[in-house]
Amino acid sequence: MRHLIDPLDFTVEEIEALLDVADEIAADRQAFRQVCQGKTLATLFYEASTRTRLSFEAAMLNLGGNVLGFATADSSSAAKGESVADTIRTVSCYADICAMRHPKEGAPLRASRYSRIPVINAGDGGHQHPTQTLTDLMTIRQRRKQLGHITIGLCGDLKFGRTVHSLIKSLARYEGVKFILISPEELRVPDYVIEEVLWDKGVPFVEAEDMELVMDQLDILYMTRVQKERFFNEEDYVRLKDTYILTPDKLAAAKPGMAILHPLPRVNEISIDVDDDPRAAYFEQAQNGVYVRMALIMMLLELASPVAAGARTGALQKEVR
Amino acid sequence: MLSIDSLERGIVIDHIKAGSAMGLYQLLNLDRLECTVAIIKNARSNKLGKKDIIKIEGMLDINLDILGYIDPNITIAVIDEGKIIEKKRLVPPEILRNVIRCKNPRCITSIEEGVEHIFRLTKGQNGTRYRCVYCEQEDQGLPDWLNKAKV
Repeated sequence: MRHLIDPLDFTVEEIEALLDVADEIAADRQAFRQVCQGKTLATLFYEASTRTRLSFEAAMLNLGGNVLGFATADSSSAAKGESVADTIRTVSCYADICAMRHPKEGAPLRASRYSRIPVINAGDGGHQHPTQTLTDLMTIRQRRKQLGHITIGLCGDLKFGRTVHSLIKSLARYEGVKFILISPEELRVPDYVIEEVLWDKGVPFVEAEDMELVMDQLDILYMTRVQKERFFNEEDYVRLKDTYILTPDKLAAAKPGMAILHPLPRVNEISIDVDDDPRAAYFEQAQNGVYVRMALIMMLLELASPVAAGARTGALQKEVR
Repeated sequence: MLSIDSLERGIVIDHIKAGSAMGLYQLLNLDRLECTVAIIKNARSNKLGKKDIIKIEGMLDINLDILGYIDPNITIAVIDEGKIIEKKRLVPPEILRNVIRCKNPRCITSIEEGVEHIFRLTKGQNGTRYRCVYCEQEDQGLPDWLNKAKV
């Protein structure tokens, strides 16, 4: 049995295979509508979420499966003090697979050690968010036709931005990727990401504070929100929240083929005037989120794709086991 | 010079950084033992100048992970029938289980009942360090009252 807790739980080859299935789903969603008939997804969301929870639920429903779960910790036994270990042992009796979001870092890992069903990390505190990363990778691959040989600028809250940590870990495995890390001093990428991912693998990167100075170098601009819920101190949040606001003026120097990504929700870090720019890819990301989660559920439940039921699907099955 | 009887059977923990033996005594829970334990502080050492030594009578097993984490230069001699039957070399353990605690308030270990505190040895350009397996927070060290044992 496999889980997805950390973005590196899957090899590069497994991710490529998963994205291929996601592309097949995008091309013909109807063909997948009965793949998960009789299967149940539990969504265990101890922290508020709109996009991620709904996209998981939409993914399972699109596959013909069922969904149960809770949307806040208040409506679960966590409010009574139940441990994550006990909750997952119980949920394993009711569902075939589960997606867990938790404000505490490492909660899905803890759950996976007691679970009898595959556990998907749907975001743990400021730590990791591997399914957002799959969404990001699918969108980058659609826009750039490959995942290597890009210069990507990550901008905003790089300290608490779990999507950023997961994306850096994943993209660092591809050849020719260069990172430009744009943040205020207080929200720099954590040292462990720099030392153990970028330095360790010899991946080129620079840190910058001014987005406009590096704009012309970027193939991908990954904007992030400064997350109020990650701050213990309101004053710090207020001081930092509007550090970067992307407007059409600031895009003047950007390459015509650059893609702008954002894990959403945005507050005001991307002006709505940018939405109609052909470089804006963040609503495509939201759509892709459903497709990659459908492919992921199939992969973890070891279910074959009804499309191209040939060699490549077989290869995916073999890799999963 | 102070004289401590030789061990007939037991363990000698030698080359402890001077002043650290009491911290190690606590960390290894030696206070819970019924057997004789001798702590020698500030013994002369050619290698260290001064060193501490702990002698434990009657026990042949010790938590090497704790000692390897504290200081891999500590030496262990296992004594039986008055002779050294084994010298153990220490290496920093790959996994540390319930030796140090994660201090990240955002970590699941801060709220979860019955969870083990597990740290993994990681290698970066600035050398090795321990990180919590749950949240990847770097080891913040031992409590102050024990920290002087850590090299």
